[in-house]
Amino acid sequence: MTALIGEAAAEVGAEARPAASRRRPARTPGRRSRRIRYALTVLAFLLPSAVPLLLFVLGPMVAAAWISLTEWNLLAPATWVGLDNYANLLTDPETADVFLHTLYYIVGYLPLVYVGGLAIALALNTALRGRTVLRGVYFLPVITSWIVVALVWRWLLNPSNGVVNTVLAWFGIDGPGWWTDPAWAMPSIILASAWKDLGFVMVILLAGLQAIDPELLDAARVDGAGWWRRLFSVTLPLLSPATFFVIVISLINGFQVFDQVYAMTGGGPGGATQVVVQQIYDLTFRYGRAGEASALSWLLFVVILAVTVIQIRGQRKWVNYG
Amino acid sequence: MAETTFAPTTARAGGIRRRTDAARAALTRSVLLHVVMILGALAMFFPFYWTVVTSLTPGSGLGSTPSLIPADASLEAYQRLFADLPFARVVGNSLLLATVTTLAQLFTSATAAYAFSRLPFRGRTVVFGIYLATMMIPLQVLVVPLFAELRAWGLVDTYLGALLPTLAAAFGVFLLRQAMNQVPFELDEAAALDGAGHFRIFWTVILPNIRPALATLAVFAFMGSWNSFLWPLVVLRSPELQTLPVALAGLQGQYTTQWDIVMAGSVVSILPMLAIYLFAQKYVIQGVANTGLK
Repeated sequence: MTALIGEAAAEVGAEARPAASRRRPARTPGRRSRRIRYALTVLAFLLPSAVPLLLFVLGPMVAAAWISLTEWNLLAPATWVGLDNYANLLTDPETADVFLHTLYYIVGYLPLVYVGGLAIALALNTALRGRTVLRGVYFLPVITSWIVVALVWRWLLNPSNGVVNTVLAWFGIDGPGWWTDPAWAMPSIILASAWKDLGFVMVILLAGLQAIDPELLDAARVDGAGWWRRLFSVTLPLLSPATFFVIVISLINGFQVFDQVYAMTGGGPGGATQVVVQQIYDLTFRYGRAGEASALSWLLFVVILAVTVIQIRGQRKWVNYG
Repeated sequence: MAETTFAPTTARAGGIRRRTDAARAALTRSVLLHVVMILGALAMFFPFYWTVVTSLTPGSGLGSTPSLIPADASLEAYQRLFADLPFARVVGNSLLLATVTTLAQLFTSATAAYAFSRLPFRGRTVVFGIYLATMMIPLQVLVVPLFAELRAWGLVDTYLGALLPTLAAAFGVFLLRQAMNQVPFELDEAAALDGAGHFRIFWTVILPNIRPALATLAVFAFMGSWNSFLWPLVVLRSPELQTLPVALAGLQGQYTTQWDIVMAGSVVSILPMLAIYLFAQKYVIQGVANTGLK
């Protein structure tokens, strides 16, 4: 995403295309039919993607804005209520709750995958035997669906006969109720999610590490910098673009957390893991309050957009693009 | 013995000992690192192993924890999965949707990427910007209006309804455009001199040169569809049309304690992705790595 945003911005300024692509059809009257043919060619290449994106992304996006201004149960005709849905959402303590639960998830998940992913990436970036195999194993959960991850972890963390509590019992530890306990439900989801995404973060950071010029690290070593010093003064600053990418993506995905929550706890127990998207889903398909759901989804989109924009603005302060 | 044979001066002995100490410390560190990494990999792999073991232990979860190595492994859970449920149909649904989605995304992404890489037109940067912006829109925002739209067209609970929103994805356009920009423009020019039009250049010059990127996109599109949950959950209602993730999530409600069956379903869901991953590991990992670079 950083690449995308950076690139889009760069392109607005300078048309730095190679010469061949800059050939534009000349504007002489005799070439008119040729220009039309060129325009048709462009359309032929663009329409297969433009039509679905218009019909199934941009159109619904605008429609969601309109629905959010109505009261609608998906069946009866919608009635216009203006900004009532937004007013209700902003005053409803439940809204704060679902955002807080989502934040709880992000705050627990992000450090776990980042530090874990970094540690594995650093280890795999050394002369390790069998690193391709190791990398493959660490990456394996990434290709697994969230639903399977949620089911497997529900089973591993089963309070009565799950393998985790069974092993804990060997050491005389009485394991917690995990996803059945309001206090432990979110940590259970965080644990499962971190397991799934660790490999993704690891691969991105590893690519960043491999792009670092080893001579810089050697120079620091010659100057007497120890391992930790080299990590904090050389490696991490040079890794900051990859770190930035991981954080931006993780926050976007974190705010949208749903599949694993739906399959592990369904928002429970007692609403302890009711996150924003679970609330959107419940409002729409359980309570038939599609207007409010659309308002909440727009609110979520605005929050994600704001968080992303703030990060892009703030990146100058700490991201080093060498 | 060796020490007496080569009796070096004390100064040199100290140097050698220091060097061997350093080498030994490095060796210890290296061994330790290997051990830690292998233990970590085993821990990461354990949930998969446990899934398989559970699926092979009949009656798992009914008050007991399966043993690490199943004493009398049986495929009973798999038999029941396919006998009691339209599970073969569910697997078929997932395969069908993932295959069509993959082919469609390869087509729509490659054509759009060609326009953004090779066909200059006024407002191209703006249009490309809009494409990229669609990547930031969460599916959750779209679910309600999409559902209403497809219901108005009578496509709820049909394959087509599940497919339509997945036909084009900006991620693929971006990925392929980057790959196409790295294909030398001289190749197009040479083909153009030979009288090739854009369609021929696209097909015979550009596509063969971006095969790795196409493979990456194919894997990601397939994986995205195979693992997708929210949209199939919303749009596919009848049990015979459900996809694997949705059916698995439902299985949990149906058989709350029958973990052997739930885990057997999970194994069935993982296997095809695992097969693709083993074949295309290079492309998958390269694809993820590339998205983070720059």
